[in-house]
Amino acid sequence: MSTFRQQEPRGRTLFDKIWDAHVVQNVEDGPTQLYIDRLYLHEVTSPQAFDTLRDKGLKVLRPKQIFAMPDHNTPSTASEPLPVGVRQMEALKRNCKEFGISHFDMGTKDNGIIHVVGPEKGLSLPGMTIVCGDSHTSTHGAVGAVAMGIGTSEVAQVLASQCILQQKPKTMRINIEGELCKGVTAKDVALYIMAKMTTGGATGYAVEYAGSAIRNMSMEGRLTLSNLSIEMGSRAGLIAPDDITFAYLKGREYAPKGEAWDKAVEAWRQLRSDDDAVFDKEVTFNAQDIAPRITYGTNPGEGMAVDECIPDKRGQADEADFLAQLQYMQFTPGQRLLGTPVDYVFLGACTNGRIEDFRAFASVVKGRKKAPNVVAWLVPGSWVVRQQIIDEGIDEILEEAGFELRLPSCSACLAMNPDKVPAGKLCVSTSNRNFVGRQGPGARTILASPLTVAATAVTGVITDPREML
Amino acid sequence: MRQKFNKVQSTCIPIAIDNCNTDLIIPARYLASTTRDPKFFGDAFMHDLRYDADGQAIHDFIMNQKDFSEAPRQGVHEIIVAGQNWGSGSSREHAAWAIAGYGVRAVISSSFADIHRNNLLNCFILPVVVSPSFQQELFQSIAEDPQTQVLIDLPSQTVTNIATGHSEHFPINGYKKYCLMNGLDDIDFLLKNIDNLPA
Repeated sequence: MSTFRQQEPRGRTLFDKIWDAHVVQNVEDGPTQLYIDRLYLHEVTSPQAFDTLRDKGLKVLRPKQIFAMPDHNTPSTASEPLPVGVRQMEALKRNCKEFGISHFDMGTKDNGIIHVVGPEKGLSLPGMTIVCGDSHTSTHGAVGAVAMGIGTSEVAQVLASQCILQQKPKTMRINIEGELCKGVTAKDVALYIMAKMTTGGATGYAVEYAGSAIRNMSMEGRLTLSNLSIEMGSRAGLIAPDDITFAYLKGREYAPKGEAWDKAVEAWRQLRSDDDAVFDKEVTFNAQDIAPRITYGTNPGEGMAVDECIPDKRGQADEADFLAQLQYMQFTPGQRLLGTPVDYVFLGACTNGRIEDFRAFASVVKGRKKAPNVVAWLVPGSWVVRQQIIDEGIDEILEEAGFELRLPSCSACLAMNPDKVPAGKLCVSTSNRNFVGRQGPGARTILASPLTVAATAVTGVITDPREML
Repeated sequence: MRQKFNKVQSTCIPIAIDNCNTDLIIPARYLASTTRDPKFFGDAFMHDLRYDADGQAIHDFIMNQKDFSEAPRQGVHEIIVAGQNWGSGSSREHAAWAIAGYGVRAVISSSFADIHRNNLLNCFILPVVVSPSFQQELFQSIAEDPQTQVLIDLPSQTVTNIATGHSEHFPINGYKKYCLMNGLDDIDFLLKNIDNLPA
């Protein structure tokens, strides 16, 4: 019956391949019903979802595909959690027991920040669809998965049906070509991209990161990069799985084993954008243009190279917003921030709470001393990371330099647990958001890499890490 | 929470903040609730812009100015006109609960962050995307007359500035429009469609 010449099949992107493989149906004049392989739960965005199930008399459809752990409220010291946090963590534990869901409790060896634990345990695997009631779920895309943050109503939907309804995003590829300079980390690459794309510049898109700098990037670095995808509004960020991915995942607790592993890797090797794949948008940056970065404003896109001056946007269309940001940060247009005294430094969060981040921090502070004016919070992203820090002797390097290693937690990333930066204090932080009040009401946050945070921690002022390598 | 949406005609609260993130809409310390109590979340809406550390109203903030401080009721302040990229950042649906709890039924902006837009829809609050010029015209009309009314008509997908008579068509997919007009949520739909899931 086909007398028409068939259209050449257009190459598909990595995102298309994973998305298409999970389509249950395309609702007429509506969203896609997408099958979800993995749901993660934490204590903050799940209690009301379980209430929805109870209200409607529903059960959890596929509890074996769901993993839960408290992370936002867990304290980073042996102190008690805040009472409101206890209530949420108890609710999570109770709900998981009632509905038969695996729960990694606070203080146990399996616990940590979801976005650190998921890849670390091999729970997040290439080709999967992964969701969690947390915007930094984009992290898991680094293993070659479609990973998206969702709201609590959608958490309830996945609990009940293992599906969500989503509008398929457009696709964008961001290429970073060339070799990164000394002292430049994945965090700097991410902050550079955020500044170029702006805080809403990738809204409506799923972003694939590619190019030689990405191919040469470690798995930890890729997780950092994907983590920050949401900070330019992107629905998801993902990286084609390769030998680096497979080497990272092999032998992990929940990764396939033996023959199943070999078969999985064979299939995962197909997970790449076809050579003739067309993206809705494609952007290329030169790795050599990227220096260690810091932010100066109150969204992650308002950043610059650590040795640059804050731009002067007076007279431009966004003048009012720009000046409001600087007023909050107590900075002025044209100001150079190198040498500015800081009060706090924070190493950790789902952005930079992995072993490589602690190795980087230790490489700078080794043989040096913490500046007396700085309060330093060093918080591993999981108990596995913490054990690795100890096994590698990094804790001793930190201790000799006057730093204390804390317990796994989201900690000072979002001021939901005891770790809050006091009003007016300046914190140089490896976390992901420098929003107004994010680290505590009135707290001022500068986002930076573990290297920059380490250099700043020992000098007590904002410091270019390249001077200390 | 599941109020059916048809038409809303109301005065507006202009919140002309670009990239207003969900941390601003509801600070993290209010996420510790395990319920959806509308009063709790409504009180937390834009909290740290409305109140200082001592709990005193910050008079400069628009929601504390006399023309805009009245809590929403039918025909009054049921609509927010917002800056671009409204609801960026954290996925917290608590931001949508705060907007709903305060009594707002629709948010008009030139762009919304993806996760927050879905959260609004799931809470039966209508996100209305308009052109930047229409958005600016609304801010202008409200600045000139705080009593300016805006009509949002979901069946015809039009938004009208009553002050100028200008209208714009706004997008929403047919499925979600039907859900909003009939008070149906996605979970009911999904449960009818789980017979053919992968093993």
